[in-house]
Amino acid sequence: METDLNIKAINNTHHELPDVIPFNTTLADNRINLLRDKTTTLQVNLGLLCNQECKHCHLDAGPGRTEIMSKETIEHVASYAKRSEFRTIDITGGAPEMNPNINYLIDILAPLTKRFMLRSNLSALDYSKSNYLIDLLKKNNVVIVASFPSINESQTNSQRGKGMFNKSVEVLKKLNAIGYGMEGTGLELNLVSNPSGAFLPSSQDQTEIRFKKILKKKWNISFNNLYSFANAPIGRFRYWLEDSGNYSQYLEKLVSGFNSCSIDGLMCRTLVSVSWEGYVYDCDFNIACDLPLGGERIHISDMPGAPEEGSIIAVANHCYACTSGMGFT
Amino acid sequence: METYYKPEDLPKFEEIGKYAPELAEKFFDYYGAVFEDGALSEREKALIALSVAHTVQCPYCIDAYTQACLEKGSNLEEMTEALHVVAAIRGGASLVHGIQMRNISEKLSI
Repeated sequence: METDLNIKAINNTHHELPDVIPFNTTLADNRINLLRDKTTTLQVNLGLLCNQECKHCHLDAGPGRTEIMSKETIEHVASYAKRSEFRTIDITGGAPEMNPNINYLIDILAPLTKRFMLRSNLSALDYSKSNYLIDLLKKNNVVIVASFPSINESQTNSQRGKGMFNKSVEVLKKLNAIGYGMEGTGLELNLVSNPSGAFLPSSQDQTEIRFKKILKKKWNISFNNLYSFANAPIGRFRYWLEDSGNYSQYLEKLVSGFNSCSIDGLMCRTLVSVSWEGYVYDCDFNIACDLPLGGERIHISDMPGAPEEGSIIAVANHCYACTSGMGFT
Repeated sequence: METYYKPEDLPKFEEIGKYAPELAEKFFDYYGAVFEDGALSEREKALIALSVAHTVQCPYCIDAYTQACLEKGSNLEEMTEALHVVAAIRGGASLVHGIQMRNISEKLSI
């Protein structure tokens, strides 16, 4: 099984450049056997439909995409969550808010876990112009993980679309007003910052301090934690890298920044990710590359429980994005 | 086209230690320590380095510290303002010598 996966990863030429050291080789050179730990998080990708068309999107999501998780698949996800008992359930997309079954999903999944998270681009939270979804999130104590790449308007808009910076600020204020990100409320609001180009992210700790200071000072906005992630060189971000002549240089940067200390904290070791069609993967990036968990597509309805501790993780060269510098947890 | 400055030479910086390894080691240890977080943050130090890079007009340093500034979370507005500080000091340095010019001229003139 391990050999098959390695060959599949190395031969996955659609996603690779031939002159880059394959990720598996780097693991072997560092005597690392990348295996799953106890799986504690179920990540659910509700589909590729999104109201934004961000240049760094690894899934090529956007308003023209029609692939979304059906109500039937959501029910399969709920059954899986019941029989596997995940500490965290993490909802992502596309924009999860654009799935017409989002409210139903929150109702049936939130009671099945201690920590229920929704990844939002912020503008989609306000897309319906109704407060129903935001109120539902608050009622279920859903942790909001919001994309907020930069405190600079032009950097944000160039990555996420015209007007998106001001829209994000407006929605953050709205979330603060109902208690999200405010001390003592228990309503957690976390931000995610991705670099707005072919360069690595800044230090998470330093960025959090700076964002907290500036967001408070300029817009009186508060949040709990900030995560700083590198962009994966796949999907729409790869197209941009290629069009702008940055692909080779960016990949070299990721490869040369390989940090073996990042391995222990990799999200793929403790997470199982379900695609909008209901198939299981080791992470959302592997969904984008169709690199399924265990090397072959398995539907969630056929999964007896969480993936076994010690089982192999499917890897390819995009994995360098999670192991470069401080890593991606 | 042949050029004195080649981008592929930048990563070879450390090879400068080939014929004077002990001095290079001292220099690179010092260099690394200078850019660590201290009373100034790594981001602030990268902005200073970018400014100095433009002052000494070193293409290698401009390349390296443009990337460093972006990776430390700076943006083009901040980086451009830093260059105006460079321009102000360089321009100011020329103009302030005008006092010396006036002093000499006034001493010589009736």
